[in-house]
Amino acid sequence: MNAVRLWTAIGVLVLSSSTGDVLLSAAMKRVGDMDALRRRHGLFAVIARVIREKYFLSGLVCLIFSFFCLLTALSWGEVSLVAPASASLTYICSVLLAKFFLKENVDHRRWIAAALVCVGVALLAK
Amino acid sequence: MNFRKVLIYGAIACCNGMGDVMLKRGMMDVGTVHLSHWQHVFTAFLSPWTILGICCLAGFFYSYLTALSWADLTYVLPATALGYVVTAVLSKYFLHEYISVWRWTGVLLISAGVGLVTRGPSVTHQHVPPVREEQHELA
Repeated sequence: MNAVRLWTAIGVLVLSSSTGDVLLSAAMKRVGDMDALRRRHGLFAVIARVIREKYFLSGLVCLIFSFFCLLTALSWGEVSLVAPASASLTYICSVLLAKFFLKENVDHRRWIAAALVCVGVALLAK
Repeated sequence: MNFRKVLIYGAIACCNGMGDVMLKRGMMDVGTVHLSHWQHVFTAFLSPWTILGICCLAGFFYSYLTALSWADLTYVLPATALGYVVTAVLSKYFLHEYISVWRWTGVLLISAGVGLVTRGPSVTHQHVPPVREEQHELA
């Protein structure tokens, strides 16, 4: 029962973190090249433009929620399991969401890279 | 991969890794925080290491958003993992922590993944234009 509770928390954490990343990415694509905007209008205008973007605010809410899920998962399980499991699963989940929702061209190269990073992050906790 | 991409990738990795290590260094000054005295955690903000760590993480978020504004999420994500490599190297040489063979293997795999993804195109060209009218409002 405890394992089910822990993996549910990790699952919610992974989903909310990946959704947050995808929403941030969608928001920044709508904003356009931040470097060019900053050169033309200055830093404060860029910040004002970014925080007016509804996808950015939704992404931020998702990331804050995922942080609290992480704290909850850490209180239920060992850090040596929760940290690598959530980090590596988040990579794979983000790639899937980016492919289907952002319509990114995820070719073999990016899939292999995601798998390498996923295994690498898991090994860092050993 | 042009100079701008190298710079932003480097900024994401370095700010992320250095931020984590500096927060850890700051918390070493604070000592163990017990739940019964949780207010003790706020003394961390008196440590210059913690302030530096927060500045680094703010720099990471800014670089991450900048990269996302002109590159795919699947292109930028490995750069955030590169931060773990910076953390591992700094932990060994700055905090004098022990890094096992498994961790070095993880560092190697992440570096290989980053090397692989950066050799491809950074953005998928789609027919969704940025919101022009809102950008004009800034002018």
